[in-house]
Amino acid sequence: MESFWSWFRWLHDATGINLTIFYDSFDRGRFASGFWMTVKLSAVCIVLSVLIGIVGAWLQRSRLRVTRRVVHWYIQFFRNTPPLVQLYFFYFGVGSLLTTTAASGANVPMVSNVAWAIVSLSFFAGAFNVEIFRSGIEAVPQTTIEAAESLGFSRLRTYLFIVFPLAFRISLPALNNNLVNLVKTTTLAYAIAVPEMLYVSSQIWSDELNVPEMMNVLLFCYFALVGLLVYVMHRWERAIRVPGFGV
Amino acid sequence: MTAAPAASAEPIVDLRDVHKSFGHVEVLKGVSLAVPKGGVVCIIGPSGSGKSTLLRCINGLVPIDRGSIRVASFDVHRLKTDAEKIALRKEVSIVFQQYNLFPHKTALENVMMAPVHVLKEDKDEVRVRAVALLGKVGLSAKADVYPGELSGGQQQRVAIARSLAMRPEVMLFDEVTAALDPETVKEVLNTIRELAQEGMTCMLVTHEMRFARELADVVYFTDGGVIVEAGPPAELFDHPVKERTRAFLSQIL
Amino acid sequence: MSRRWCSPLPQATDLAVLLPSASRMAQTAAAERIAGAFRLRLRPAHGVALLALFILGCGLAQAQVQPGQPSILATLWKWTPVLLRGFVFNLVISAVAMAAGTIVGLFLGFAQISLLLPVRKGAWLTTHFFRNAPWLVLLFYCMFLLPFQVTIFGVTIPIPDWIKATLGLSLPVMANVSEIVRGAIQSIPTAQWESAASLAFNRRQTLWMIIFPQCIKRMLPPWMNLYAILTMATVLTSIVGVNEMMSLTRQALSAENRSGLLLAFYSYVLFWFFLYCYPIARWTVRLEARYAVNH
Repeated sequence: MESFWSWFRWLHDATGINLTIFYDSFDRGRFASGFWMTVKLSAVCIVLSVLIGIVGAWLQRSRLRVTRRVVHWYIQFFRNTPPLVQLYFFYFGVGSLLTTTAASGANVPMVSNVAWAIVSLSFFAGAFNVEIFRSGIEAVPQTTIEAAESLGFSRLRTYLFIVFPLAFRISLPALNNNLVNLVKTTTLAYAIAVPEMLYVSSQIWSDELNVPEMMNVLLFCYFALVGLLVYVMHRWERAIRVPGFGV
Repeated sequence: MTAAPAASAEPIVDLRDVHKSFGHVEVLKGVSLAVPKGGVVCIIGPSGSGKSTLLRCINGLVPIDRGSIRVASFDVHRLKTDAEKIALRKEVSIVFQQYNLFPHKTALENVMMAPVHVLKEDKDEVRVRAVALLGKVGLSAKADVYPGELSGGQQQRVAIARSLAMRPEVMLFDEVTAALDPETVKEVLNTIRELAQEGMTCMLVTHEMRFARELADVVYFTDGGVIVEAGPPAELFDHPVKERTRAFLSQIL
Repeated sequence: MSRRWCSPLPQATDLAVLLPSASRMAQTAAAERIAGAFRLRLRPAHGVALLALFILGCGLAQAQVQPGQPSILATLWKWTPVLLRGFVFNLVISAVAMAAGTIVGLFLGFAQISLLLPVRKGAWLTTHFFRNAPWLVLLFYCMFLLPFQVTIFGVTIPIPDWIKATLGLSLPVMANVSEIVRGAIQSIPTAQWESAASLAFNRRQTLWMIIFPQCIKRMLPPWMNLYAILTMATVLTSIVGVNEMMSLTRQALSAENRSGLLLAFYSYVLFWFFLYCYPIARWTVRLEARYAVNH
């Protein structure tokens, strides 16, 4: 492995292309941690936003008007404002209200910036998911549900075997669009100093003064990451496609 | 007309003074009818006369407000728990006008699903039976095809096969040919004709008057939530008594 | 020429197996995938809500006003010229980025349907490369890698920060416009190409005189939607140090050094964005309805 890294040292000496993230173990560790932070942010936000979407879609069918109104305005706010503003709202706005006094007597925030990034991004993507899931469930014809019930399926089994699989297949393209967008939006966490890939790279290039190399590595990494996600999603869509439906 | 009408004393489907309202709109205003085992009954009438609601009440999808419905040994209007309703639905099956099939399963899987999951039968046995049923409706070649790739007539025939997999006593058909092209209507009607001739008790809501005339033991004409007139097809179609019946038939025929 | 063309539904069956709303969802998802941005649906209720939020913020801030300090409205009025200049700056950035991105995106989109394989593949790669990259990363790329001045024919032209940021924003616009163009061209039925060919049009004439004019109508709604998204995305430039509305608002807040102004100021700013984006969103909806009726 060491010989692999030292090839990059040779590259630097020979051509001036300074890729310290390969031959310098400290920078390598930093960049790896940044990369994992991006992956972690994306994964946690994807899972949380899907959960928020499911809960929101269920609450939207509530009989209480108050619940429906709250969900409606939640969706409208997070859909139609820039995600950066949402991030600032959570971190600076709500975050400044949630402070405790540390042992030193200073005001410290109770929630870390990583947590706020997760909260903000999850709610952002969750707002889209609520609509996606609701439309997916409503797109299952009532007659199909009646047909299932008439065959003797209980309500639970109808939902488990018929409604949810169908709603999921209908929702998947829109959901995939949303998830890919979410992964790209995680870079905004830079603005609140979350050590994700962009932030860490900026630290590295201000230390090592190798801006072009780092920017290219960064671009390539995002291209690979998002490209991989898009490819996997595309294959998944193809695999569970309902024939006779879709583009 | 069925080949051998089995006229047993006790009707297998017995409705008495059934009332049903949706909000302020009264859809069924006191409907009574009785179907003997093996009998074929056709229900005709203008749209909005409550025909589809009637069928949905018979298999318990829609609870009634007043009156009584008995199917086989079940008092449908008294069923409360899910388990009781499931037991009823093993006896009476319904085929709808559209969106019958589960689009994410193949034709064979559609037919197999209910016996496997509801009746808890062995999968291999069910598969053998399902293949036979698909053959019976003439679709053995389409066993591994998804509903989205089947024509309308083929979809409806798979739906009939799927209902038959539950071995029901009574089959209900809710305007099953209304959404189909004229060419495919025939293939579905042939399937239903075979079923009736084999002795299945059938209740059809239909606009196909020629089919009703040929196959039905009794034709009921409903309008405005009540049964206006009933009788053997020859009498009802050729010599309708009531004015409303005459008006409706003159529009249709 | 690629014979693939996107039709709304493959006609495999004459009896639908799912509700029409399901196929509408599929079409929307496919359209959003091509356009690269979700559909912004602004309604008057949003403006009302923002106004309500603004009034709430003012009320909260006013409650914390010490005697001798100017009222909230006076403070806002004092800062409005500065913020307005910042807002206009945002709009300028969005307009320039949109224009630059659209022009290059058009070329890229046509290149994606080129008959020459290297051109086609290169265009496809470029488009997807810039589509997959987050907008902020592209902004950084341009900010750091473009020179701060360029010398042409002995004349030194300085490139200020905001030009670099605008170029950075025009890159994702270019990629998305390229996809919009490609999607629109491929949605024109093959029959159009065939009729043109049978009338002895060559490929260039077919594209320019027959296909593209029909595409413009289809491209306008996603293109305008992209513009609305881009306008809201110009606040990203505050992260890379451009003195646009967002950074100016932050500077104003720290200059005032009073607690409780946050909500009032930000809802004020958001309301202006709404006033600008709402007509665009409404016009998009109207255009879409007209296009849908014609087909």
